[in-house]
Amino acid sequence: MSTGVSQSAQEVAAGRAQSPHTSMLVRMLVRAAVLRRGRAAAALLAMVVAAAVATAMLNLYVDVQAKLRHEFRNYGANIILVGKDGASLPADARSRVESVLAGRGVVAPFALVVSRTSDGQPIVVAGTDFDRVRQLDRWWSVSNWPSAQQQALVGVRAASVVSPKNRPFDLSFQGHVIHLTSAGTVQSGAAEDSRVYLSLADFVAWTGIQPSTMEVAATGTPEEITAIMRQLEQAIPAADVRPVRQIMEGEARVLGKTRATLLAAAALIILTAALSVLSTLMGWVFDRRRDFAIMKALGASERLLNGFFAAEAAGLGATGAVIGFILGIGIAAWIGRVNFHAPVVPRFSILPFVLAGSMVVTLLSAILPISLLRRVQPAVILRGE
Amino acid sequence: MFARLVYESFRRQKRRKLLAGAAITLGVTVATAMIAVATDIGDKINRELRTIGANLLITPQEDTLDVEIGGVNLKPPTDGAFLSEADLPKIKGTFWHNNITGFAPMLPVSVALQLDGKTEKVTLLGTYFAKRVAFGKEEFNTGVRSTYPWWRVISGTWPDDSSRNVLLGERLAARLAMKTGDEIVVSGRELQVSGILSTGSGEDDQIVAPLSLAQEILGKPGAVRRVYVSALTKAEDALARRDPKSMSGPVYDRWYCSPYPQSIAFQLQEAIPHSHAEQIRQVAQNEGAVLTRIEGLIFLVTLAALFASALAVSAAMATAIFERRAEVGLMKALGAGRLAVASIFFAEATLLALIGGLVGFGAGSLLAYQIGRSIFNSEIAIPPVLLPVILAIAVIVTFAGSAAAISKAVGLDPVFALRGEL
Repeated sequence: MSTGVSQSAQEVAAGRAQSPHTSMLVRMLVRAAVLRRGRAAAALLAMVVAAAVATAMLNLYVDVQAKLRHEFRNYGANIILVGKDGASLPADARSRVESVLAGRGVVAPFALVVSRTSDGQPIVVAGTDFDRVRQLDRWWSVSNWPSAQQQALVGVRAASVVSPKNRPFDLSFQGHVIHLTSAGTVQSGAAEDSRVYLSLADFVAWTGIQPSTMEVAATGTPEEITAIMRQLEQAIPAADVRPVRQIMEGEARVLGKTRATLLAAAALIILTAALSVLSTLMGWVFDRRRDFAIMKALGASERLLNGFFAAEAAGLGATGAVIGFILGIGIAAWIGRVNFHAPVVPRFSILPFVLAGSMVVTLLSAILPISLLRRVQPAVILRGE
Repeated sequence: MFARLVYESFRRQKRRKLLAGAAITLGVTVATAMIAVATDIGDKINRELRTIGANLLITPQEDTLDVEIGGVNLKPPTDGAFLSEADLPKIKGTFWHNNITGFAPMLPVSVALQLDGKTEKVTLLGTYFAKRVAFGKEEFNTGVRSTYPWWRVISGTWPDDSSRNVLLGERLAARLAMKTGDEIVVSGRELQVSGILSTGSGEDDQIVAPLSLAQEILGKPGAVRRVYVSALTKAEDALARRDPKSMSGPVYDRWYCSPYPQSIAFQLQEAIPHSHAEQIRQVAQNEGAVLTRIEGLIFLVTLAALFASALAVSAAMATAIFERRAEVGLMKALGAGRLAVASIFFAEATLLALIGGLVGFGAGSLLAYQIGRSIFNSEIAIPPVLLPVILAIAVIVTFAGSAAAISKAVGLDPVFALRGEL
């Protein structure tokens, strides 16, 4: 009987000796996960949630600047081109500005003169491109945009002077008279309210004056905008290129503060999530001190034990990180949709950071209890003391 | 007996209680700090948005049209109506005076600048730099230095509001080759240049002077052409856009008592005689949108923070209770009912939550204060009403986190628990 047992044990031992060493490790890892699936699932869940929250926060942090810049472009132009010494800009200035911008912004030309109403009152008349102004100056409250020739957009304060009761009116400039009808009124609370706006074609045909000002709303980081300004200076030497400091500085301040707040929040949230993983996992590993003691009693080497727990932790960390990353991208996209009405672009560049961070946290939470247990005799643990 | 059990549990298991307590404290700290930041972020960002400039403009009611191109007013300077400087402190007497962060009166005057025998026509802009204004017992500083923070004196110093010193616009100074300390002769008056001003807009071609000096040159003491007002406002909604004349009593009260740009403009108009106040739409309309976005973002992030801290607390509690299976087994073997065991655990959880919640609230307030200091250079106020709310949340989350683990522990067969076979 005893020989039979020792024979079969020898067979098993021989069989195990032949099979590759890794398969034992893999089997231990798989069995550990399957047999205690409740606690393993809890640990994995904690890891997934932590990785998801971290991914969402990092993704938002990277993307929020672009999103808010987009909002700030509603403030209108951040660069202004003015002909030097009040001169008109060259005729091809607009196409040159557009080629510099290459889709990174909107440009609207403005030409301004002081004309006289039929009863001799001075009034500022501006020629512009209405389609562009609609995109650039979204805060204008316009009752109806002009669509036909000889139609004007009249400022709310100017309306009572030039065109009471919406009557057609005449304006004269250096002896040339233009006959206009009012398509609608514009209200902005600023200088626009006292002006009359015409389409550029009507304006040039009437006064013969080309635009002297271009307002540009360029999108991009402060460095990109500085670069655009330099390119504009080179493309149109006849123009003074000025930043609208009011908008640029306000934008930089608000963006900086928002990002700093978000960074502080992200740091706090990631720290909390990491600690919750740490406490769950440490509890799990500590709970398995009996497994640890049995392995040690059966003669497992320190290296094997460390390797086993480390591999388990790394596996858990990697799985949790990948699932969490996908979830986190989803959360970030949802926040983008809800808050900014535009999806947050998934940043795959943060995956390595989330992966590395998860592995560090899981390895740490495996190594801490193991290093505590290593000093204890297996017998003490097995006796339940 | 019950109290002794709880007391001994805390006395003998210091390490475990400390771990769980630390998790609760951390969770509450993060939650408190984030809630405090989220409730205050609107006000903080609103103040930052004020750096974009004034959002309300007061003009005389019967004013003629502005004839202004590129910041140069071509209208005859004595033409049109004026506001009275003496009425301006009343701006601080309106219902929303605490929301008004500053105002700056403007009086542009066309002047003749004599230089080496030549005469040049330039605009002299009279304004407040940082003038002390008193309304009733209240005194405050206001002027372009607070309403236009992007105006910079690139050399020299800001003039005093009662002095006869002026600032020269950057481009004007370059054109005339003038520098700080030079004397200029404006409309027969000798003035000293105290600094060079850079604004990036029309003022770069102008002389900027104290308001009283501009009034003297114009010969109209106390006259002001317009007033720019910087106010903290609330994002516009459907109610804001309605005409106040068409509102019924309670709706009108609600409109009047909300800091919409429209209602503040309406109150300014009431306060200053013969005036017309209006929002500067470029500034007022957009700040509402930016503010809503940032507030929404921080709100969602705060939800994530609350979720993460709830998770951390639950995880710590579940682990702590799971480790005490043997104890549960012993209590049950000695005849304790499920209810008795559960109530001991819940009592311990409540105690932990209250202690952790209190410490965490203190730490979170400190953290919020630090965030406010380092990011916004101003304190983030913690409303005291937050304390009971935070404590209640801490207790609920601790309970929820423990509930699953407690019900599992209570359901165990004492035999297995005592033999440690689980």
